[in-house]
Amino acid sequence: MSSRRLSPDQPQSFAFQPETLEKAQWWMTKYPPERKQSAVIPVLWLVQKQEGWISEPALRAVADLLEMAVMRVLEVATFYTMFQLEPVGKAALIQVCGTTPCMLRGATELIALCEAELGPRDHLSGDGLFTWQEVECLGACCNAPMAQINDYYYEDLTPESLKAIIDAFRNGETPAPGSAIGRRSSEPAGGALTLTDPSLYDGSRALPITAIPNAKEPA
Amino acid sequence: MVGILEDKDRIFTNLYGLQDPGLEGAKARGCWNATREILQQGSGWIIDNMKASGLRGRGGAGFSTGLKWSFMPKEVGARPHYLVVNADESEPGTCKDREILRHDPHLLIEGCLIASFSMQAHAAYIYLRGEYVREREVLEAAVREAYEAKLIGKDNVHGWDFDLYVHHGAGAYICGEETALLESLEGKKGQPRLKPPFPAGAGLYGCPTTVNNVESIAVAGTILRRGAAWFAGIGRANNTGTKLMCVSGHVNRPCNVEEAMSIPLKQLLEEHCGGVRGGWGNLKAIIPGGSSVPMIPAEQCETALMDFDSLRELRSGLGTAAVIVMDKSTDLIRAIARLSYFYKHESCGQCTPCREGTGWMWRVMERMVRGEAEMSEIDLLLDVTTQVEGHTICALGDAAAWPIQGLFRHFRGEVEERITAYRRGRPHIQGHTLAAE
Repeated sequence: MSSRRLSPDQPQSFAFQPETLEKAQWWMTKYPPERKQSAVIPVLWLVQKQEGWISEPALRAVADLLEMAVMRVLEVATFYTMFQLEPVGKAALIQVCGTTPCMLRGATELIALCEAELGPRDHLSGDGLFTWQEVECLGACCNAPMAQINDYYYEDLTPESLKAIIDAFRNGETPAPGSAIGRRSSEPAGGALTLTDPSLYDGSRALPITAIPNAKEPA
Repeated sequence: MVGILEDKDRIFTNLYGLQDPGLEGAKARGCWNATREILQQGSGWIIDNMKASGLRGRGGAGFSTGLKWSFMPKEVGARPHYLVVNADESEPGTCKDREILRHDPHLLIEGCLIASFSMQAHAAYIYLRGEYVREREVLEAAVREAYEAKLIGKDNVHGWDFDLYVHHGAGAYICGEETALLESLEGKKGQPRLKPPFPAGAGLYGCPTTVNNVESIAVAGTILRRGAAWFAGIGRANNTGTKLMCVSGHVNRPCNVEEAMSIPLKQLLEEHCGGVRGGWGNLKAIIPGGSSVPMIPAEQCETALMDFDSLRELRSGLGTAAVIVMDKSTDLIRAIARLSYFYKHESCGQCTPCREGTGWMWRVMERMVRGEAEMSEIDLLLDVTTQVEGHTICALGDAAAWPIQGLFRHFRGEVEERITAYRRGRPHIQGHTLAAE
């Protein structure tokens, strides 16, 4: 298991911004009224979107909002590895997938590039703009190797294309996510070999169905 | 034509996102067609037809979906029923549900309505992994569209009040285990529950709950529209239907593809993925069903079929049909050691054999990568895998043990060579590596 602790450097206070609070309340409507605790992961995620990381005062504010014991919120924040417990780079949080399917297709080189460009993993880079981490399978294995940068996936990477993406973030840009070699999604490189039959898309499938197969005899 | 399945028999017609994922596009491709008529046939009819289709759960275990639905209480008592859809796709190698969520979300929403109706649930939750931010945005938009079009919600056109909620996690592989997922959905650490009670008796909030994989739910509408016999006619007996397969690793063109069950593994790789890098002769081993199943060596790949029974006979498994291909350049020991690290990282820490065992196995595997181990440790390691396997609440312990067992079953000689090579020319004292642990 991964052992995680809160940062030793904590801010004095935390306050929800009105938009964050509004979104948190929207999440809380998804669960039965006596089950507010269910919203804890989405609300912590909103806090992380607002602040960039999860601080101890923020945990207390979330506990108050959801009427939970602070300990229960702390458990959740330390158990789930997407919650950052220290401040992260202002320009980008780069999470390179290092699990076997990505490793087989060159994640090791991406990791070496990050180390050379941005310094040691799990720490702010010297200029405060970046943090990079090696994470476990992100579920985009047909587009390996890949990295999640801030919220979105950058796929089919090479050290060169990742370097270009890092440079763009450094210059304050947000490069378009997706495949770096021009694939639409997970079709074979060079174009889809299946789903080419035009009758799938001519609307013929939306025509009324006269009889459901195996339908019951009318009573 | 490539592969076995014809385009007209494919369920996920927008797998690659080349068409509109929204409601209009989905309807034009046949989604939401005759859904009302299907529901009018009644819940017993739906479950019978799902059983007759032979659909086996697509999340890895391969349990009959229709049978699972039938385990829910027939009458709703004091506690409401829930459907929970497991979209916490994190098994290394697997990336199929992602395409459904972002490209064919309406098939999933329609499936949720049908499944919930058949189990008398008025509410369903879809639990996405937290990293799928883009996918969640698309799915939320599709759910909104379905509400606005009165396809779901109160007083909808289908005559069954039904609320659908999208929930997300925050990066824990273990939440793909159904009871851990329920714990997480209740706002706790994702630690699996002891069974029994099974979720059909006491699941989400202590209420009867069924947890299904995204793909199992998303195919339901099309199966019922086209008939159980159509679905059962694809693939081999007991392994019927179509299946999304994810091919990654050392092939020329890695891709997702929907294929007929029981397609020969070799045909899948050669026709859909441009073959193994460097030719079929360059193949070393394949993990056929996501990281948790044992690997099979190249000679077995010649004849293996992509279905539950064929791969079971080879002492592996279909799992999620996530094929990880490794060519002759692969350091298999390193590849498996990386998986051991994955399981060590993802163990929830609840059961001692898994919490301690995954870390121990990973450390020994790392030494074996370098060759810095005793020959006798190979058997010791295998012995430990059997002590972890089957001695934990959930299957993560098994999943951590099997890849290692698969490696030694087929490539033990390679590890022994590495150990011998490391020792060559070094003074050696029996037992010193153990002392260093």
